[in-house]
Amino acid sequence: MFEAGKFVQSFPEYGAERQGAPMKAFNRVSDGPIRKRCGVQNPDVVAIIDPTLLEAVRPSEGCTENTVYLINTPESPEAVKSKLGLPQGARVITIDATKITLEEFGQNRPNAPMLGTFAHVFSEVPIESFVEHFSRKMKNLPEKILEANKRAIKRGYEEVLIG
Amino acid sequence: MPRREIISGNWAFAEAMRQINPDVVAAYPITPSTDIPMKFAEFVANGKVDTNFVTVESEHSAITACVTAAAAGARVMTASSANGVALMHEIFPIAAFFRNPIVFGLVNRSLGAPINIHCDHSDSMGERDAGWVHLYCEDAQEAYDSAILAVRLAEHKDILSPVFVCQDGFITSHSFEAVSMLDDETVKSFVGERDADLPLLDVDNPVTYGSFAMSEYYFEIKRQQVEAHRNVLKHYDSVARDYESVSGRFYPKLDKYRTDDADFIVVVMSSASGVVKDVVDELREKGVKAGCLRIRMFRPFPAADVAEVLGKAKAVAVLDRALSIGGTAPLSAEVKSALYDAGAHVPLQSCVYGLGGRDFFPQHAMEIFADLQKGNIRAEERYIGLLE
Repeated sequence: MFEAGKFVQSFPEYGAERQGAPMKAFNRVSDGPIRKRCGVQNPDVVAIIDPTLLEAVRPSEGCTENTVYLINTPESPEAVKSKLGLPQGARVITIDATKITLEEFGQNRPNAPMLGTFAHVFSEVPIESFVEHFSRKMKNLPEKILEANKRAIKRGYEEVLIG
Repeated sequence: MPRREIISGNWAFAEAMRQINPDVVAAYPITPSTDIPMKFAEFVANGKVDTNFVTVESEHSAITACVTAAAAGARVMTASSANGVALMHEIFPIAAFFRNPIVFGLVNRSLGAPINIHCDHSDSMGERDAGWVHLYCEDAQEAYDSAILAVRLAEHKDILSPVFVCQDGFITSHSFEAVSMLDDETVKSFVGERDADLPLLDVDNPVTYGSFAMSEYYFEIKRQQVEAHRNVLKHYDSVARDYESVSGRFYPKLDKYRTDDADFIVVVMSSASGVVKDVVDELREKGVKAGCLRIRMFRPFPAADVAEVLGKAKAVAVLDRALSIGGTAPLSAEVKSALYDAGAHVPLQSCVYGLGGRDFFPQHAMEIFADLQKGNIRAEERYIGLLE
């Protein structure tokens, strides 16, 4: 997004720093400078990387009717809507990112396909830019793993269910 | 080449350190400033700097090594947070008395107990009277720029004082955003070489550091340190203008945001000022004359300038991210004192916010301004966002 000329801000909310612990992270994207540094209260986009959190937290807190949900789950958008008590008109995109990464590189690391799913929200930035940026940032990965991740990003874009 | 990259506040500070290429860095890592010595250790290991990097067994040793190296004539930098800063407490006044121009990346974190890794200003405020210059940064860009600027400020012949460059733990230190960085050559020529006045290692001109000074001399020596801080107020702007000439960015002692004709002004430091400024814009659109005064330089405190900005306001709120339990919070105390000296009787509300990383949202700033407008001002301090 930064390379596409946007102003961006990204920060985590640290709790317990151990692998698998639930954590929140916030991002802001803007056409102008970003001064606010507090947590995001009314998100335009909610991305849920770990599907077990659907049961544990209330991801719709502070959301509006225009909020887009990007959810890593094998379930359909309709099933997620009824689980979260969202109205039928809510915008939910689901992707089985866990399955994709298990197939592509045998590990449950759903971040790369979720990046591809994200490209549906920021449609002015083509999916190729996300792949290219990832490749540059992760240039130290072994060639085979990097290629698997690139495929995973593209599949994260292509295999979505849009509700 | 100048670059603009997405990096964190800590990495930005470490990147400035790489470009400054100090003679000595002695450090002991502590959250949330850990990234600074960690990143710098990488630069050392990869031969990107010529620094003598001293890893020690405690913060007390880290700052002691910094003081001795600076007395020897070296250019010295380090970083720490919270209880690490508190462990250095004994040595900070010695650095100031030795007139060691150390530049210190202080990443603000609450002082335990209870143990908490998040931001407030209780660590640096504990060093309020140590004789160091305190600069508080709003974002990563300012932390980067201030690190470079602070070298020249600290080493100014009329100043020779150590400088804390403070940024908010996690909020700034771990937030990734775009930062514009100068090219290495520009930084190198801006900071130049340290030309130490009375270095310990100049064996042809021997000097004594750490000597005994009883009641005959102690007072006079402390008075000289007061003079050094007066000189900070005098010379800061010219150093900041020099930095502007190479970077295009000017950082005044006070960041006056829409205060010129403001009736209601919120005074704040560091990262929370972004939220206040956004709320000021919102209120201005509704016709409310709101303003934000961000105090960037807390020591020396630019009291006369502060009084000039606030003196004509109808009401002022001062936001402290630290307590002085049983007394007035530090920033409030300074502002009240400045107004008293100027004979300005402006209604003032002291507010404490954000302790232990409690978030500060726009609705909090909105409520503070609403109370100022209503004249709902009390002598007791208020606690913003506290669960009561």
